[in-house]
Amino acid sequence: MIRRKPLSVSDPTWFRYLLISLSLAVIGLFLVLPLWTVLTEAFAKGWASYRDSLMHPDALAAIRLTLLTAAVAVPLTTVFGIAAAWAIARFDFTGKNLLVTLIDLPFSVSPVIAGLIYVLVFGAQGWLGPWLAAHDIKIIFAVPGIILATLFVTFPFVARELIPLMQEIGHEEEEAALSLGASPWQMFFSITLPNIKWGLLYGILLCNARAMGEFGAVSVVSGHIRGLTNTLPLHVEVTYDEYDFVGSFAGASLLAGLAVVTLVTKTFLEWKQTQDIKTARLMSE
Amino acid sequence: MSITLRNIKKQFGDFIALNTINLEIPEGELVALLGPSGCGKTTLLRIIAGLEQADSGQVFLQGDEVTDQPVKSRQIGFVFQHYALFRHMTVFDNIAFGLRVKPKAQRPSKAEIKDKVHALLKLVQLDWLAGRFPEQLSGGQRQRIALARALAVEPSVLLLDEPFGALDASVRKDLRLWLRHLHHELNVTSIFVTHDQEEAMEVASQIVVLNKGHIEQQGSPSDIYDHPANPFVSQFIGQTNVFNLEQTDTFWLKNSGLPTPQTGRVAHVRPHDIELTKAANGAAQAVLKDWQQLGGLIRVELLKQEAGGQPATIFAEMPAEQFRQLSLQKGEGVAVRIRHAHWFH
Amino acid sequence: MPQSHILPGFRPAISLTLFYLALIVLIPLSAMVLKTFQLSWDQFLAILTSPRVIASFRVTFGSALLAASVAGVLGFIIAWTLVRYSFFGKRMFDALIDLPFALPTAVAGIVLATIYQPSGLIGGWIMAVFGVQVAYKPLGIVFAMVFIGLPFVVRTIEPVLQEFDTAMEEAAASLGANRWQTFVEVILPNILPAALTGFALAFARSVGEYGSIIFIAGNMPYISEIVPLLIITKLEQYDYAGATAIGLVMLLLSFVLLLLINLLQGWLRRRGGQL
Repeated sequence: MIRRKPLSVSDPTWFRYLLISLSLAVIGLFLVLPLWTVLTEAFAKGWASYRDSLMHPDALAAIRLTLLTAAVAVPLTTVFGIAAAWAIARFDFTGKNLLVTLIDLPFSVSPVIAGLIYVLVFGAQGWLGPWLAAHDIKIIFAVPGIILATLFVTFPFVARELIPLMQEIGHEEEEAALSLGASPWQMFFSITLPNIKWGLLYGILLCNARAMGEFGAVSVVSGHIRGLTNTLPLHVEVTYDEYDFVGSFAGASLLAGLAVVTLVTKTFLEWKQTQDIKTARLMSE
Repeated sequence: MSITLRNIKKQFGDFIALNTINLEIPEGELVALLGPSGCGKTTLLRIIAGLEQADSGQVFLQGDEVTDQPVKSRQIGFVFQHYALFRHMTVFDNIAFGLRVKPKAQRPSKAEIKDKVHALLKLVQLDWLAGRFPEQLSGGQRQRIALARALAVEPSVLLLDEPFGALDASVRKDLRLWLRHLHHELNVTSIFVTHDQEEAMEVASQIVVLNKGHIEQQGSPSDIYDHPANPFVSQFIGQTNVFNLEQTDTFWLKNSGLPTPQTGRVAHVRPHDIELTKAANGAAQAVLKDWQQLGGLIRVELLKQEAGGQPATIFAEMPAEQFRQLSLQKGEGVAVRIRHAHWFH
Repeated sequence: MPQSHILPGFRPAISLTLFYLALIVLIPLSAMVLKTFQLSWDQFLAILTSPRVIASFRVTFGSALLAASVAGVLGFIIAWTLVRYSFFGKRMFDALIDLPFALPTAVAGIVLATIYQPSGLIGGWIMAVFGVQVAYKPLGIVFAMVFIGLPFVVRTIEPVLQEFDTAMEEAAASLGANRWQTFVEVILPNILPAALTGFALAFARSVGEYGSIIFIAGNMPYISEIVPLLIITKLEQYDYAGATAIGLVMLLLSFVLLLLINLLQGWLRRRGGQL
């Protein structure tokens, strides 16, 4: 203990150790052990087997599709998030609270339903099904469907990071820039963007993690066509169901690696953001 | 640049922030918009700047209507209440911002920008801070940097929103004087918003007193102090004793040497317009309750017995030397003479 | 802070926002609602009251309730430990809490199944000691839901505990309360809104969860089949009406939960946030 608290508000030592042990046990069993298991299972039959699993054409196709999905979904969600945050944090309009709720909605909808609704719109029996079939356009059981489902589940990620951040920062600096003669885009790129950059990166990071890792929604619309519509998480499932555990955990190890990188970066960005908010508070005293 | 406002109205929901404001500000003045919080003074300043749109009415700068012009084309410099310094830029970059965002054709060269920024930093006497970030500055320094940044674009009007509001009392005193001198030097028409009457009196060449969305009085500081247009101004500017004829014995006032006029039922009396003498037997009009030394002045608290009720407190002020010569004791009776009063209805 | 009136870009920003919202969220969601309207009320009821559907709802909501309660208690303890005590590696453990957020659900699913199966590391131990099988049983569903629900509880309680003014505890102690009384009378009431919010968030997430559960659940109809899986099964059998009807009920329930959570968070801001 660096700072000794008075006895009246601190817990007895035995109690402290009990709680710390319990917490560490839960964290260890629930969180650390899974990460460890991914690695041991992936390398259960050695490095060569691990490498071969990842170099398998189906695995490579899955990795490519996952990267493609993220490459489309993340920029779209980002642009939307910035626009939504600008409108919500900087202006008053009727229905604002409803809009905020609707933006958050995809968070609370089961991913399976996210997939289902696209099947109902674009699927063979869906609204646009006949028309799409007539024009030979495939969305469900094809890449566009996977991307759409991903857009749905990642929908709120950037907006909900930016809205509170931009509200906290306030609009005085932007007004100052305008009063000094800046054009709207000059204001945006030289004032707004630098001010929100850590929060924005944070949102993009989480959005990317979800885009690459989404399983439920994508599973509904994908059709599990090997080499074509399997993303990496779906590849993990398919190989697992076929008892190809090394193949499955090899794919899982990449996703777990992504998760760990995300966590580390996230911790860094959170620290950066706290600094920014401290500065913001300091400057408006 | 002169500023003219005609019939400016602004409403936020049901709240009327500004109710038909007409205002004329001649070129070169240093004007204080003075009023209690919520009186609409900041809104008015933002409307002049173009940071806010009036619901109706017109804004003229140098006779040209700018009502519908955006802030960037009004040639104004605005100093924000919390300065709004760009936190990710150095002091230098903050001041250079207005020059760098100019269209290419009008943009000064790098060397010119550098010279200009350093000249401005010299002007605000903070030349050694160019490389610092805003968070590393003290409040007073931020204030001056914000001013330098606003001046960089050579505005014809300088608008300051509560420029001293966020500063410590001691820094505030220095900066007030400094702003006055700076205005003498630059002679740019300037308006600042404040709720502190002392600040307005000390700094401004013209004061506009606002209350509940309308202008109560406009004039020079001495004008406003010596000839308040109404009870609000009289009470808001400086200290005032209020005697209501209905409640106060007319006889008492007459005894104090103040004749009751034909019109007016309420007398406002400045503390320094009240003269005290030792009471001759039985002639006491008030009792000395307490006194405080305020620098060279003494503020005396007197109790005046009301006809039926709590005694009222009267404040009088006089030079310390004079008070000492009276050698009054607490609880002693005094004779009161009122030199001058403002009568209102 | 009052809103600004001169900042540019409201029209393009709000237009883009509404357009994208309609395209990605609102129109597809309304497709599901409209699809359900093609069913008669009797058909709709028949789908929802079929024993298999009722069983899956019971399994899902029962497990989620149990899991959110367990996560609530464990999460509270972890949050307390992370905020109040210091120990080696605390920051790393703190960062790890978010792993279930970041770990793709399919990965979580296969890993949990591997660990908790009867031959697995912990599954085997639990089997040996308690004689209980975790994976491929309803209990497996609860374990997976605790896994994904835990960070919601910890992350909701943590900031409130950090903001909590220890002067209140000192005041309670100075008035003669012992540690337990202080906890029950002073700390708990202040943390309760946050704990309930965390519980509700964990519950909502658990109810909709698919990926981390299906590998460990066993997926036996009537016993360990969760609602999201049932929707997918119906879809694979081209029973669109059935999938949609169940989906709509799930959607409505998540609306209700969202509303409840918003209310709780409002309460949290007023009570715990000390604004």
